[in-house]
Amino acid sequence: MDNLFIVVSPLDPDPMYKQITDQVKDAIASGGLQPETKLPSIREMSRELKISEITIKRAYSDLENEGFIITRSGLGSYIADINRDKLRQDKWQEIRKDILKILKTAKRFDISTREIIALVKEIKESSDG
Amino acid sequence: MDNKENILELQNVQKRYKGFVLDGISLSLPQGYILGLIGPNGAGKTTTIKILMNMVKRNGGEVQVFGLDPQKSAKQIKNKVAYLGEEQYFYGNKTVAWTGNFVRSFYDNWDTNTFQSLLTNFEISRTKKTRELSKGMKVRFSLALALSHNPDLLILDEPTAGLDPVIRREVLELLRKKSKNEGKSVIISSHITDDIMRTADLVAFLIQGKIVLVSEKDELLSNWKRIHYKKGALSSDIVNSLTRRKDHAFGSSGVTDRYLELKDLLVQGITEGVVKIENVNLDDILISLVKGV
Repeated sequence: MDNLFIVVSPLDPDPMYKQITDQVKDAIASGGLQPETKLPSIREMSRELKISEITIKRAYSDLENEGFIITRSGLGSYIADINRDKLRQDKWQEIRKDILKILKTAKRFDISTREIIALVKEIKESSDG
Repeated sequence: MDNKENILELQNVQKRYKGFVLDGISLSLPQGYILGLIGPNGAGKTTTIKILMNMVKRNGGEVQVFGLDPQKSAKQIKNKVAYLGEEQYFYGNKTVAWTGNFVRSFYDNWDTNTFQSLLTNFEISRTKKTRELSKGMKVRFSLALALSHNPDLLILDEPTAGLDPVIRREVLELLRKKSKNEGKSVIISSHITDDIMRTADLVAFLIQGKIVLVSEKDELLSNWKRIHYKKGALSSDIVNSLTRRKDHAFGSSGVTDRYLELKDLLVQGITEGVVKIENVNLDDILISLVKGV
């Protein structure tokens, strides 16, 4: 499972099953996990992450209910052939919120939107170069 | 904190018992701060504290409490210091009120009003015999006794051992109040690192008779982190500098004690989602220090 990088921390404010579902969703959204990829079994994930099977089961059933994975009885769980546009849409909302936060901060310190746009371009250019 | 006066100085303090050596302890405590002494059982926490209280004679080194050597000025120091040991001993047949009067006779600066109001706050009945007090009540009562001669330094050796969380929290909050509102200094030893996490400003790790690390708590916690990484996401230099490394099917991780230095090198991995940073607690740090690697 080289494509799956999962970190679960008891110190994180989110419950552990949510930390797992969020990371699996991110991997799907970014293309790291392609449709029809087989997920590790609940037992295997429990053993590797040292987390109870109940927690993993909860994460898998949430992912299944939301349509991200399909469980085929006797075979295991697979990444569903979902519309990545839907996931992009979610990310779009997230980015929107982040930008709103930036604009609010800018307003508090009298920084214009024009300056922010220039800054975005500058950062983009320097990270590409 | 540099311009504050140290109320406590230990320099190269040594104590030898059969099978145990306190090996050159050096420590200082500025006024108004809470020092947490962390270490495994048998590391020398109690011995160190007993040297401060002149309950144990040192074999070498210098000790100054309020500028005085406990071996020469035990009486003066006792008037300014409150000590709470792991176990509380009282005359079981005597009442709370009798015990208060008895303890009062040992101090020059006993304040009856403080004592009475602490008894009321802690809901300790004055007519109860001390053997009728529960463990939690005994600790509260000891604290009331310890605080009634208005000490400038409180030394508590495993004060919360065996207490329920409600009383533990109450004791710790009282200590913070004494330190932050009244400028009292506190030394608290515990192997319950959560207690130290909540109260201490400074932390000293004592392992096998040696102080292996002293630091401000905030600085400690911002430098010690567990770094999780996808295989191949970190340079081998960084990977090799990590301790307590773990590998599993979905990633690897290890502990660093210089996160602030590494931060810039990790930014890219963090934005790409192949590096994740996890806070560690004082337990993790203690375990890292005990194991050495």
